[in-house]
Amino acid sequence: MYRQTDIISDAQVSPQEGDLVINVGPQHPATHGVLHLVITLNGETIKKVEPHLGYIHRSIEKMCESLTYRQFIYVTSRMDYLSAHINNHACALCVEKGLQVEIPARAQVIRVLMDELTRIASHELWWGAMAMDLGAFTPFFHAFRERETINDIMEETCGARLTMNYMVPGGVMQDVHPNFQRRVKEFIQLYKRKIHEYDELVTGNIIFQNRMKGVGYLSPEDAVAYGCSGPVTRGSGVSSDIRKIYPYEIYDKLNFDEVLESGGDSFARYMIRIREMHESIKIIEQLIDNIPEGDFQAKTKAVLKLPKGEFYTRVETARGELGVYIVSEGGTTPYRIKFRSPGFSNLSVLDHIARGSKIGDLVAMMGTLDLVIPDIDR
Amino acid sequence: MTKEELKIKIAELLPAATLDETGEWLNVSVDPNDWLLLAQQLRTDPTLFFDYLFCLTCIDWKTHLTMVYHLSSTKHRHNIVIKSKLDRNKPEIETVSAIWRTAGFHEREVYEMFGVNFLNHPDLRLLILPDGWEGKNPLRKDFEDTVNMIKL
Repeated sequence: MYRQTDIISDAQVSPQEGDLVINVGPQHPATHGVLHLVITLNGETIKKVEPHLGYIHRSIEKMCESLTYRQFIYVTSRMDYLSAHINNHACALCVEKGLQVEIPARAQVIRVLMDELTRIASHELWWGAMAMDLGAFTPFFHAFRERETINDIMEETCGARLTMNYMVPGGVMQDVHPNFQRRVKEFIQLYKRKIHEYDELVTGNIIFQNRMKGVGYLSPEDAVAYGCSGPVTRGSGVSSDIRKIYPYEIYDKLNFDEVLESGGDSFARYMIRIREMHESIKIIEQLIDNIPEGDFQAKTKAVLKLPKGEFYTRVETARGELGVYIVSEGGTTPYRIKFRSPGFSNLSVLDHIARGSKIGDLVAMMGTLDLVIPDIDR
Repeated sequence: MTKEELKIKIAELLPAATLDETGEWLNVSVDPNDWLLLAQQLRTDPTLFFDYLFCLTCIDWKTHLTMVYHLSSTKHRHNIVIKSKLDRNKPEIETVSAIWRTAGFHEREVYEMFGVNFLNHPDLRLLILPDGWEGKNPLRKDFEDTVNMIKL
């Protein structure tokens, strides 16, 4: 298998005579957002990929410094807009850690259900978009068929389809819709009936396999050194699932497996996400009939004040490890807040894995890193 | 390693470091000049083996800046927080991008947002801010952008 044998060493590569420097983005369909890559090419071989960020930088960290602990959660839905629930969840957890509030069991289960539904929705969009990047348009519609069902479920309960803002410090904003359980069960049925189409259309397709196997190889050591997380590290065989390693909410009581692949290439990362969807369905099946009765929100004060100190939470989003770091001076707003977004670190590895490959393979690599640009820029 | 064991180990490696264990993880405050040597030991010592730098950021305390490094080990699963106080007028610290590759990107972000100069960084350029950005660093507390910033 092709293993990037002639990878150019990591020293500063400056364009030489005969090299071609091209810009991909900021407006390019394959970057799925406003990512700007400056690529140095020798013939068709990539010598260097240099990301230029900031086209959708809204300085969320600065914004949050002037928002209260109830308000700032709403801004974070706009970070990684495909895992809005999980972003909100991370922030709510961090505030709860500071306040030392116990969350009612019902809220915990609802939160985990929402997280896993989000994970499936995110992976489905990724799957459709990824197939589209590699030249097939049909899978996109298949992916959206299931994803829309999840969005409908979200809309009923949260009132929004993308930026849900449903998790609040102390629990969730309101109880689930009366139809919630029935519709989630319907979704599970739909998913089980249709998921084999994914494998028939893309996974088993020899064209896709050839485009992904051996492309963008990332060794386990490099995956950790570059700070990658989520499916990118697990594709290289490194166990990194925060839900397993540092369990939060009720993840330690649930029966699910951490998906690992040893290939390290684009196809391994692809398989991780496909298999993760099955694990998420497993979690949802365990919980959907067992939502405990009780409050959906703990009683908290109207104005939240965190004690002086520093609080850090780590959660597993669809893209990897999201960290929320709050530095509090005892007031109603955070003194400093840092979002350790998974996409930022995952993007930093792109230059490393792309060097020595062909330009045509770059899209497959970017696709399997699952970049969401607002998450990278923040 | 537990927090207590880490505490003993760090005290052995660097007696000058100040240890604080009130938080969730052990907090170690080091002098910027000691940081590179400690970082190498944290990464290579087989009992510590902090190979995963999961968060690198900076805090502006108005009187000084504090660099914050969150480290984790994928082998031992222990975590540690390293802090280093920098002079606000001339913030300088050694880069750790040769030890943890991810630091290369994160340090570029801190460089433009806080103005921290990372010594010996291979590629210290603007990453997020537009080319030719001049003036103050956006995430510092005294930054005012009268044109684009909305006061909430």
